This record gives sequence, structure tokens and C-alpha cells, in this order.
Amino acid sequence: MDAKTPVFPSPYDVKPPKGAEDWEGIYPYYLKFQPSRRPIEDRKFWFCDSQHWPMPFRPFDCIMVDFAAKCLGQYNTRHLLVPPANGVDYRILNGYVYFSPIAVEPSEIEARVPQFLERAGHYFGNWNDLLANWKKKVLGAIDELEAIGFKELPDVVDIEAVKSGKGLDDTYDLFNAYDDAIRLCYKIWQYHFEFLNLGYAAYLDFFGFVKGQFPSIPDQAIAKMVQGVDSELFRPDDELKKLSKLAIELGVADALKTGSVDEALAAVAKLPNGAKWIAAWDGAKHPWFNFTSGNGFYSTDKYWIDHLDIPLSYIRDYVSRLESGDDIMRPTARLIAERDRITAEYREMMDEEAKAVFDQKLGLSRVVFPYVEDHNFYIEHWAIGVFWRKMRQLSALLAKLGFWREDDGMFFLTRNEVRDVLWDYSAAWGVGAELRGTDYWPGEVARRRAIVDALAAQPPLPALNNPPEVITEPFTIMLWGITSEAVKRWTGADDGDGGLQGMAGSPGIVEGVARVLRSPDQLSELKKGEILVTPVTAPSWAPVFGKIAAAVTDIGGMMSHAAIVCREYGLPAVTGTGNASSKIKTGMRLRVDGNTGSVHILG
Amino acid sequence: MSAAPSLYTLPFGDISSADHARVGGKCASLGEMTQAGVAVPPGFAVTTDAYQAMLDHHGLRAEIERHLASIGSDDIDAIDRAAQAIRVRIRSHRMPDEVESAIRGAYAAMGEGMPVAVRSSATAEDMPDASFAGQQDTYLWVIGADDVVEKVRDCWASLFTTRAVAYREKNRIAHIDVLMSVGVQKMVNARAAGVAMTLEPTTGDRTRIVIDASWGLGETVVSGVVTPDNFTVEKVLEAIVARKISDKHVELVGDAALGSAVEREVDAARRSAPCLSDAEVLEVARLAKRLERQNKCPQDVEWAIDADLPEGRNLLALQSRPETVWSRKPKEKPAAYATGLMSIVGTLNNPIASRK
Repeated sequence: MDAKTPVFPSPYDVKPPKGAEDWEGIYPYYLKFQPSRRPIEDRKFWFCDSQHWPMPFRPFDCIMVDFAAKCLGQYNTRHLLVPPANGVDYRILNGYVYFSPIAVEPSEIEARVPQFLERAGHYFGNWNDLLANWKKKVLGAIDELEAIGFKELPDVVDIEAVKSGKGLDDTYDLFNAYDDAIRLCYKIWQYHFEFLNLGYAAYLDFFGFVKGQFPSIPDQAIAKMVQGVDSELFRPDDELKKLSKLAIELGVADALKTGSVDEALAAVAKLPNGAKWIAAWDGAKHPWFNFTSGNGFYSTDKYWIDHLDIPLSYIRDYVSRLESGDDIMRPTARLIAERDRITAEYREMMDEEAKAVFDQKLGLSRVVFPYVEDHNFYIEHWAIGVFWRKMRQLSALLAKLGFWREDDGMFFLTRNEVRDVLWDYSAAWGVGAELRGTDYWPGEVARRRAIVDALAAQPPLPALNNPPEVITEPFTIMLWGITSEAVKRWTGADDGDGGLQGMAGSPGIVEGVARVLRSPDQLSELKKGEILVTPVTAPSWAPVFGKIAAAVTDIGGMMSHAAIVCREYGLPAVTGTGNASSKIKTGMRLRVDGNTGSVHILG
Repeated sequence: MSAAPSLYTLPFGDISSADHARVGGKCASLGEMTQAGVAVPPGFAVTTDAYQAMLDHHGLRAEIERHLASIGSDDIDAIDRAAQAIRVRIRSHRMPDEVESAIRGAYAAMGEGMPVAVRSSATAEDMPDASFAGQQDTYLWVIGADDVVEKVRDCWASLFTTRAVAYREKNRIAHIDVLMSVGVQKMVNARAAGVAMTLEPTTGDRTRIVIDASWGLGETVVSGVVTPDNFTVEKVLEAIVARKISDKHVELVGDAALGSAVEREVDAARRSAPCLSDAEVLEVARLAKRLERQNKCPQDVEWAIDADLPEGRNLLALQSRPETVWSRKPKEKPAAYATGLMSIVGTLNNPIASRK
């Protein structure tokens, strides 16, 4: 290999797609590869995180990667002093985010160990108490977020504010509301990582021990030993299944089958048992319909609670499956028995000394792992869902005032530009003059929207610059499943026989027809028995797993959502193929081998 | 269906653990499997008492000892001459009446004219040694009481093949202490058959079950006449993790008219087709796993799929014996396992996926 040619291109040599030439102007300066920093940035290896951000950012949506990357880092770097690892640095290139882990200088690792032992030790030693407190903190932040509202400024300050000597106007509250929303979102992201890195570290330790005992053990077998069966992440889907069963029991299923949500609910309400079902439906909404069809990282995410047609369509699907005699409930007793069987059988193959160590590590993993799964419901689905709802309200309000034409215009501004707009509004209101932004933003928003659309037409590169000889950074491996092997796969030429290699996410082999989905809006296109091929799946896609024959993703490892759910449903899954969703076209026949992690295009 | 147990013959279902010494390793294992409810072709053991009765009746002990008294372990010609003489002596005598009638009775109870396999089942301290076990004879597709009796006697004689005698000389095993039991077992009409090991034989990996399988009777796999299909199954998940389908050019099948097993060409369509479906591979793996658990150590299992039995009940165990190579190796263990938080620190400093 020519020493001067990097394995992956330099970010400075990657051209934007047509129509997106001015993309850099829509993002804050610190998110971009600055020309003057080329020598520094080119020394680093950057990998694209299309697992979490498969689509280009609208400028406002950068808030999620800002907070996520910073808060992940702070726990490693400042709270826990994870010996070898600081955070992951991040940049945006052509609309997609690239990460680069920051290792700790080898000479400093030793000195961090005692601090890590004390700090991490406190968390591991008091896990359940701290976690109970965590739940309280998060629910408190959600309540605060829910209380936030955005109202059009009144013509005159309320008389009560005058008489009470408040001395402050409504713009003061408007700014507070906006700043509170951002602050609470920031708070929630800090909480998100409070336990996560430790949870993964304990799991990885268990994982490494079992691999040491059985070098050939499939990763999925280790995952199965610690995986939760009653994770709260499964609750929203379970609620829909219960509602479907109840609809049949109460004789309201037929009324649910047609029309809009309002029409269907009205039809149910007219029936003798209708009120009972509607009470159950309303009861399930809070909190379980705080569930996104994406991953919570985009302002475009659709949450069930705001789009009741999504859960209703799943219920309709479940009802028809129940009527045709399917058993749709998750077989939790069988799953627990299977988990225990697998654990016992591997344990039986160890010597006595190893068994004791295994028990200890498994015990810790099972204590910490529920957080790894459950946090996702509390943060990404529930709390972030409320945040987006509030932001959409504000965007719609500002649209009504004429700042942009469409209700979602605000998301084409960065979060700090939104403050400028609020100032524009406040100043104009205070002065009694016209808004200035109404002449500037509609055009600018349209221009930026066109750029983001143009960026979406070009998929991201898997990585930039030269990878390290061996990837040793623990969080890169744990959170993104990026290993030396994965990087090799990205660089490897096609094997020429229509084959794709990924991770063996869930065992089994099937052949079937591919359905390539690039967005959750396309979920309704899926037909029973098809093989789902997609960049990445989200927990709220759970209902479709009852329909498909297998899943293939571009991104993700053993603990990715698709792998977890496929193991639950007993479907083969191959994850982390890199580019299956662009190489495979809907209608192609595939052979998916979840035992070896290979996908073959048969024709 | 089976005859009453006697001093000289024991139906597999009647072999108790007290009988193991007089039925040899192979028959003891068939007895255990039968009693544990594993599907095994029915049959009976001709006990070592029958062999001893034969020796006693004709004064063969002294004769054998005389033939072997003067040979040295290096003199292969002398061993060959002595061994051949002993075999001729054993074959030239009739069985004692009570032994012969016991065998005929037990065979008749299986059904007159039933094709059977007659297999030697030697007893000796070193029986688990596979290299030794393979030195006695097996006769396939034997039909009729006369032939059964003759093959039982041939099995006894096979204790004195040149190789067997030389082996015992070299390992200082007293020839007369090694006794021979013989198993008479209903012949399987094998559509496919082979061997399953409950560990990966090249690495000793106990999480794997490795299956060699080919068309027809499993002898072609054991003897290496064909390159069999090779399947690797993850033992706990019970999932096929690797498969190599080979060109299986010949198969050994029973020829009722001829009264023997014959080797024949496999037609082109089947040669390179997998001889087991995925479901059958997993069935074989589950059988091997069950036998490993039952015997509490890794096993080497011979099995067959009987074309005459209905699907779901057509997989038969023919033999299960302890795996000997890896089981005897001392296990490598790390000096100490890292535990607790320091282990987590170690994991973070050196994550598994970066280890080589």
C-alpha cells in the first residue's frame, strides 16, 4: 500500500453532492473539518456513525449529536476516569457525523486506575439504589419538559403582571421556556450516559471471559445469557398486543379495522364494551406511546403519541393475525427457560474455578444490563419525544408568525440561531416594529432544505483516513461494534459471488425476497415473509418482526436492536454488513445465514 | 421379541452394569443406550462366558499360550505365523452346544432371516483406546442362524489378528486376559450414516459437535473410503455453523439376495448433494449431545438414518464411546482469572475484539 494514500479518503478530499455545494454554511463552525486544521485532523481515523444518524442532519438536529458525544465523553474523561479512554470527538462532513475516539496517553493510564476504581466501584457497588434515584431524576426532568409551553406574545402585558409589580414581560418567559427546553434536553443526555458506559464495560468483561473459555462461542450466545426478557423497551409493543387481544375479547375488533383513528375510536365507542376498550387504549398511552418510529435523534421522528395512526395500524395487523390463529404474545416463559438452559450448558463445560468467576461476572452483567436496554425507553423515546414535541410547537408558532412557510422550518436553523429569531420576535414586539426575519428566513429555510435533501442523495463513507493497526478503543468496539475486522470488511473488495458479510446477529438460515426500507415511513410496504433490509432498525419497529423472515442491517453489532429482537422472535439476523441496503434491491432473492453472518444475493 | 437372558447371551435391554465386564465396551454402551431410551437397533450380546466356554471346551487356552510363548514383539513373521495358527484353530472347532443353541435362540427371537451386523466387543483395560478397538472385525448383513454362529466364531478368532497380537505384545497385555464378547444387532438399512464427535477433533473445542456423514452405511466414513459431508454444530445453540458438502462417490448398502453389504457407485445427482437435511443434522447433534450428557464425557457416536423407519424416528445410535484424544490431554488454564473491578479495568485496557 502506498504510504501516502490513506485507506479511506481524507475529509478534505471528499466532494459534496450536486446541489449541496454550500452545505458547510448550515452547520456551526466547530462541527466541520476546518481547512487550517488539516494536518491535525488527517492524522486521526474517523468512522461514520450511521448507526445512530443514518440521514443528514437538519441544522437544529445537531443538538442530539452535540449532547450525545459530549455527555458520553464527560463520563469517561471527567466523572469515572476510564483508564484507557476519553470520549469520541465528532465532526460533520456532507451532513453525516464522523467519530474519532480519543485515547488516553499510555503513560497516564496507570494513574487513572485508582480513581476509576473508586468512582466506578461506587456505581457498581450501589447500582440499584443509584438507578432508582436515576429514574426519579429522569421522570422529574420529563415533568419539567411537559410543563413547558410556547404562546404567542400578547398585545399587552397582563394586568396582573402590572399590579403585582412583576416588572417582567412575556418575552422573558418565552426565552426561559426555550432555554429550559434546551437545558432539560442537555440534562437528559447527561443522565443517559450516567450508567451506560459502566453497563457496557461490565458486559464486555463478562463477554471477554466467556470468549476466553470458549473461543468459538457465537457472540449471540453470550448476549442471550444476560439479555433481559421483561425489558421496558418491549412494553410499548406488548401493550399493543394486549390491546389487540382485548379488542377481540370485547367484540370491538371489527370497529377498529377501518377509517381514521378518530373514526375507528368513534365506532368503538358506540359498542356496548367500547368504553372499556377506549379506557384501556388511553391507559396504555401514558407513558407507553411515547415511542418513536425512529431512534429519537431527529426532529422528523414520529412518536406514536403524536401519530396515533401508527399504533393503530400495528393493532390492526395484530388483530388480523390473532384472528387467523397466530399466537402473537412474546413467549416470555420460554425465553427465560432458554436463557437459563444456555447459561447452564456453557457453565457445565467449565472447570470449578472458572464456574465461580463466571457466576460473579454473569451476576454483575445481569444487574447492569437491564439499564443498557431500559434507558432507551426513558431517554430516547419518552424524554426526547417530549422535547421534540415542544420544539415542534415552537416551530409551528414561529411559522404562524411568518418566519417560515412550513411548520418544521425551525429545524433548518441551529439551536443558537433560533435564539436570534426569538430575539427578533421579542425586540419587534417590544419596540412595536415589524419582524425582520420574516423577510430573511423563508428563503433561507428553503435554501437549506434543498441542501439537506441534496446531501441525503449521497450515502456517507464508512470512514475517513487511515485506521489504526488494531482498534483497541473499548467504546468504539462496545457502542459501535467497530473492530479491526469490521474495518477490513469496509475496505475489502466485493467477493464477486453476490455475498455480503456482517455479524451473526441471530442464528438461523432462510431464503426469501428482500424488502429494502430506508425510513420508518416505508414500514407499511413490508409484506409477510419478506426479508427486511435496512440501514438500521429501531425498537418501535418491533411489530414488523412478527411479519418478516429475517433482518439484514448495514450497521450494528450483537447488541443492536435488530439482533436483540430477532433473537427474541427466533429469526435469522445479519447486522453490520456495511452496505446491504444499498447493494440489495427490493425484490432480490436472498439467502441470509444468521449463523455465519453472511448474506447471499441469489438473483 | 428378545430371548431370555442367559449365561451366554444377553439382549441389549437386559445388560446391567454388573454385566459390563462380560459384554465388552461396545455392547455395554448399546445396553446403556437401549435402557436410557435411545433409539438403538435391537440385538443381543454374546457374552465373554461364551468365548471362555469355547476355549475351555476345546482346551484352546493351552494351545494359544503355546503358540505365543516363544514369539518376541519384534518378530512380525513369527507373530503372523502364530496368529494365523490360532485363528485356524478357533475356526476349526464347533461351538459348545449350549453356547450355539443360546445364540440360535437369541437370533431366532429377533425374527428368523433377520439381517444383522455381527461386531466384536472386546474387553480389556485399555478398551477406550480407539486404535485398539478398531482392530476387531465387523460383519455386515449376516442372514440366518448358521451364518450368525459362524461370524461370532470369526469375531473370536479376530482377537488374534497379526496386528492385535503384535499390539498386545508391544504393550505387554496378556493375550489370554483379553476376552471377546460379540454383539449381534439388527442391520440398519442406512440411507445415510456416519460419526458425530461431541467436540471439535482438531482443537478440542467442546462447544462444537462435528458430524461426518455419507450415503449408505457408516463404514465408508469410518474407513475413509469416501470424503464425507462435514457439518459443525454449535452445541448449546444447536445451530449449524459450518458445512462442507463433498463428492461422495461410493456407498455401502445391504444386498439381501447376496446376504452381504456391497459397495456401489453413487449416482451423479446424489454424489454432491448433502446426505442430511439441516433438520437431520440437528437431530444427529442432539443425539450426540444427549449421549455425552448421559456418559458424562465427550463422545464419539456412530449413527445411521434408517430408510425403513418413519421420519422423526429413523435416527439410530449404533455405538457411543468416550472420545480419547482430547479427554486425556491436561487442560491449559490461566494462572488466575481476573475478577471484580480490576478485571473490568483489564477488559477496558484490552478489549476482547482487539486481542489476537
